Amino acid sequence: MSGGMIIADVVISGLLLLGGAFALIGSWGLAKLPSLMSRLHGPTKATTLGVGSCLIASMVYFPAYGHAWTAHELLITLFLFITAPISANLIAKAYLHGCRTEPDENAPAAEGMPVAPPHDADWATFGRDEELEEMILGETGDASPERRS
Amino acid sequence: MIAYALIGAMACVSAAMLLNLFRLFRGPTAADRILALDTMVINAIAFIILFGIHETTTTYFEAALLLAMVGFVGTAAYSKFLLRGDVVE
Repeated sequence: MSGGMIIADVVISGLLLLGGAFALIGSWGLAKLPSLMSRLHGPTKATTLGVGSCLIASMVYFPAYGHAWTAHELLITLFLFITAPISANLIAKAYLHGCRTEPDENAPAAEGMPVAPPHDADWATFGRDEELEEMILGETGDASPERRS
Repeated sequence: MIAYALIGAMACVSAAMLLNLFRLFRGPTAADRILALDTMVINAIAFIILFGIHETTTTYFEAALLLAMVGFVGTAAYSKFLLRGDVVE
């Protein structure tokens, strides 16, 4: 076994262990933390990093063992790193929506809630600020009023 | 050395998926369940990649890529449904 192969082995093993550990830490946070807003942190950061680490390990492994280098791993990494924050944002929005529409059901879990916006201002997910909309769209703006439910 | 590291990483990811399953059944709100499913998909991608290294084939990368895309679309659709009561308006 040449020196280069030993270095490659050490790097691959380290990345694999790191990836597994990060995936486990993220999911542990998901199971253990008290409210959804804090639970969101585990999967969105730690687990994504764990998968990225596994992908880098496979990106090193296949060329080191005489296989062709492919861009699949890069594609998966890029896709996961782009979509993770978007899905986290969507889930947080759905949670806030649930807290507003059914407050009694979600009351014990609401400790991670951000402070409500002042007076009549709304979350991005709720209703519409008519004055602001008029200001932005002007009188011609007819932003589909039937959507309001 | 890689074989042992691979087994360790696979055990970690399996334990992570069990924790996700716990949150999926337990989760008090629907958003918790969506988050658990999303994390489970990400862990499944990691497991597929580890399995690909274990078998020394690149065949499974397509599956991982597809799972990444479908998982994101599924999460977005679930959240959208909770937000608007409809997926496509």
